[in-house]
Formats: sequence, structure tokens, C-alpha cells
Amino acid sequence: METATISVAATEEIKPPLTGIGVIGWARKNLFSGKFNTVLTLLILFALVKTVPPFIRWAFVDSLWSSESQACKEAAGACWSVVTNNFRFILFGFYPYDQQWRPILAIALLVAFVIYSHSRRRWNKNLLIAWPLGLALMGIIMHGGIFFLPEVETEKWSGISLTLLLAIFGLSAAYPLGVILALGRRSRLPAIKALSVVYIELIRGVPLISMLFMASVMLPLFLPEGITIDKILRAQVAIILFTAAYIAEVVRGGLQAIPRGQYEAAEALGLSYYQKMRLIVLPQALKTVIPPTVSILISAFKDTSLVVIIGLFDLLKTTHVTLSNPDWMGFSNEAYIFTAMIYFVGCFFMSNFSRRLEAQLKT
Amino acid sequence: MNDKIESQEKLSDSPIIQIIEMHKWFGDFHVLRDINLSVNKGERIVICGPSGSGKSTLIRCINRLEEHQRGRIIVDNIELTNDIKNVEKIRAEVGMVFQHFNLFPHLTILDNLTLGPIWVRKTPRAKAEDMAMYYLEKVHIAEQAKKFPGQLSGGQQQRVAIARSLCMKPKVMLFDEPTSALDPEMVKEVLDVMIQLAQEGMTMLVVSHEMGFARSVAHRVLFMDFGQILEQNTPKEFFSNPQHERSKLFLSQILH
Repeated sequence: METATISVAATEEIKPPLTGIGVIGWARKNLFSGKFNTVLTLLILFALVKTVPPFIRWAFVDSLWSSESQACKEAAGACWSVVTNNFRFILFGFYPYDQQWRPILAIALLVAFVIYSHSRRRWNKNLLIAWPLGLALMGIIMHGGIFFLPEVETEKWSGISLTLLLAIFGLSAAYPLGVILALGRRSRLPAIKALSVVYIELIRGVPLISMLFMASVMLPLFLPEGITIDKILRAQVAIILFTAAYIAEVVRGGLQAIPRGQYEAAEALGLSYYQKMRLIVLPQALKTVIPPTVSILISAFKDTSLVVIIGLFDLLKTTHVTLSNPDWMGFSNEAYIFTAMIYFVGCFFMSNFSRRLEAQLKT
Repeated sequence: MNDKIESQEKLSDSPIIQIIEMHKWFGDFHVLRDINLSVNKGERIVICGPSGSGKSTLIRCINRLEEHQRGRIIVDNIELTNDIKNVEKIRAEVGMVFQHFNLFPHLTILDNLTLGPIWVRKTPRAKAEDMAMYYLEKVHIAEQAKKFPGQLSGGQQQRVAIARSLCMKPKVMLFDEPTSALDPEMVKEVLDVMIQLAQEGMTMLVVSHEMGFARSVAHRVLFMDFGQILEQNTPKEFFSNPQHERSKLFLSQILH
């Protein structure tokens, strides 16, 4: 009889203990547990009270949104008019004013593509073909010279369209190149391995700025007379080569994390090298290195702003130029906050996308 | 299943695997010495011996997961050389089951099974899937087809690994300590599948310490130590009357 009661008692459902009830319970547990944490909480609260309300007053209450520069100089708050009045120059720079619907269209197209491709369920062969076609179409819209579109030379491409151009092409070409370099560095063929190692170490040992300088100043010296390569293209190639070296090292880390047994099982089935890599090794390796890869892509996106030093007018440079206008001098806080927001949206999208991708690929 | 399976089919005389005076070194370490072995179609061989004796290395040489440095290995009339195309051809005909299963964790069970047939044999997907389901039923695990390897127990994973090899319709199956990584209660389910395979006449080379399995299905037991085949005999003779001093010692240690 006794054993029976024991077994009943043992199987009786026992609920987990209730720790902390309601707001007070939560706050006590998370904000005021112990002296040190209480002091810390109070300090942070004090700092927030001191900074947040003044910022909100400056940015939203006392601010001017679409005034002349003269009114701005007398206002106490933020002068967002520097952005609203120079909106089109900051975004599109020297792109001919009456043609600026074209970069708008191209960017809208890009955003549509990105949003459509956001979900992994839509990834298929058609989409893989649609992307290069779409990018080519954006290029045609921007460059023109055919149909009824007047030609706009690349020297005039500037602002956000240049930033996005450098970023999108830079990242999407650097990634596959980086994967190939990582595979090359782990190759058993000594020549390919040596070439990859030299490339990666050389590029990683040089700052991006010096690569941009080399591409814009030194490269033309070595080219035969009469041959010129587009300046944007040269900067683009420098960015691609630079980013690829970093991606290669991250991907190599992922490849090394794949157990030997996976290679052996793939080989034992009779898969060729390319099949083994494509079907077994890379899907697992690239998945494990999503977080560091996205870090590199995000920093590469921001590093496109370094092209200012070779005289390209990207988003940051057009903002800068706007501020050199005597009317709008001194409103750099507002203008740079606006530009930072644009960069932030791009970066946030990337990190958000990577988090979703990781969740979807979790097995 | 206690008695030895009487093989219905007569062993064919043409050897499917021939190893002639084969040597292998890991660096300076002479891991395989002068191996001579001929395996006929339908023959079942169990290889045993202490750890480090070279038995796993020997069967891994047969599908060239390890390269030998001297001598010849001929599988299914193709000699193993550096010619990667030949190696891939042989690997497609030789199935291998690993100690740690080595299933592909990013693919479902079904995709694990259809991968080889689709990409190596160029079988249409629908046909490959039918075949995969047939073999999954055979190893009693068809209901798990849509799951991922990580969701299965060790014994189930090893049965999936066997089915994955069978999907390639191999002429030879190599087993590299297939039950040593399993919890004791899962060993039987894997051995049962292997016995079933033996009954159907599969040519098998099994590195294993499962002496009961060796007794009931093997035609021949090889005993290896110091990288050499020290003794080979029928299981009955080997277990009751071992010849070599090392085999006697080994058997006294594992058979209590």
C-alpha cells in the first residue's frame, strides 16, 4: 500500500515556484537586486532624465522643419530645414535635377527586390536569375543613353545612389569571391593555396584607404595611354577585393568547424569535390558563420564612405558639401544625424535579416 | 539468429576486392605491413584486433579515405590510384558505415538518403525518393523520413546511415566499428539490420568487436595486430582454437 501512495505522490504535478509577481516583483528582481545594482539603476535613471528630455525638446519641440536659413539661426531648437531644403542634393548630388526620378526609380526597384527576397521561401532559380537582370536594369536606368533616356556619366552619380551602388555590388561580389578564396586557402594544391594565402594576407595588411588611393592614383599610371577605367569602377573593385579577403578568413573558420566525418561521409558516397563542397560542407560552414559575415558586410557598407578621399561624392560627401554652403553652415548636427539615420536603416536591415535567416536555418 | 546463417548462394570465385602486398605509413609510423587479402563476392569478413592495430585503416584504404603507399588494391576490377575519377567510381560501388554515423545534419533523413543517388547516380528525384523509402522501411524507420538526424537516437541514426549506403546499391559494404559509439540497448537494433543484410548475400567487411555477430554471420574472421593480419580462419575455428599467441591473449580478454 505504501509504495502505491509514494508513486502517486511522485507523479503528482508540481508547479515551478513563482518568482517575483507583477511590476514590483520584476523591478526588484531585475533592477534593485543588491546594493551595487540599485546604485547603478539610479545612476542610469539620473543620466536619462538629464539627457532625454532636453534632446526631445531640441529635436521636436523647438525645432524648425521647413524654414529659411535665417529663421534657423534665431531658433533655439534643431534646424531640420537644412535637410528638407537640401534634400535632393544630399540624396542625389550632382545627378541632373530634372532626371532625378531615375535614381528614385532605381532605388525603389532595389528596395522592392530586397523586400521580395527577404523571405527564404521565395528563394529559387528564377530569383537567382532575376537579381542580376534587376541590377542591370537599375544600371541602365541610371546611366541611360538608350531609348529616350539621356546619358548621365558616372561622374555625376552621387549621393545615396552611389553609396548603394558601391555597397550592393561590393557586397554581392565580395561574398562569393571570399568563399572561393577560403576554399583556395584550404586547397591541397600548393599553388592555389599559396596564391590564396598571399592574396589574403597582403590585402588584410593594407588599409582600405591606401587601396582606394592605389586604385585611383597609381593604377592609371600603369595603364597604356588612351585607356581609362571608370573611376567608380576602380573604387568598386578596390572595395570588392578588400572585403573579400576578410570574408575569406571568416568562411575559413566555418570550414574548419566542419567535422572530418562530414567530408569522409560525402567522399564515401562518391561525391566529387564540387558536389561535396556545395551540398555538404558549404551549407553547414556558411550557416555557422552568418553572424561574423554580417558584421563584415555591415562594416563594408559603412566603409564605402571612404571613397570621399578619392573625390567621389557619396552620401556623406554630399552632406558635407551642403554644409559648406554659407547659408547652412553650422547645422552639421542636424545634417549628420539625418545621414546617420540612413546608414542606420541599412545596417539595421542587414543585422535584422541575418537574425531571421539564422532562425529559419536552425535545424 | 544464434546459428550461423547458411549462405544460400555459392560464393563466387572472382574476388571483388584484392589487396596485394600493401603497406601504409602515417609519417614514420608503419601502420599497415604487407597486407594480402582477397574478398570474394558475397563473402562476409569480420576484422578484429586490439585498438591501434590498423583494422580501421585497412578498410578505409579500400575506398581510399586513406592512401596506401606500396602494393596494390583492386576493387571491382579497378585499381586504386591517384586518378580521382576511378576513386569516385569505386566509392560509388563501396558503401561505408562509420562509427559516428556521419549523417548530414543540415538535411532531412530523406535527403540524406537521396543525395548520393541523385548526384552520383543521376537518378530522378522521384525514383530516388521511392528507393529511399524502401530502404528506410527495411531498417524500420520510415516514419522518421522528414526529421533531421539530430532528432534521432544513436541506434536510429546508425540504421539511417546503413540505409544511406544501401541507396547507392553498393557491391561491397564496409562497416567501421558500427556499434561502438552506441548505448548498449541500441546495439541489437543495428546488428539485426546487419544480420538481415548478411542474409541477403551482401559482401561485407566489418571491423567489430561483436563476437556474437562474427560467429553468426562471418565466413572468415581476420585478427590484426601491429598492422599485420596475424591470423584468419572460420569463426568456429578462430574462437575455439586460436593459433597465434596474440589472438589467444586477445580472445581471453574480450570473452569472459
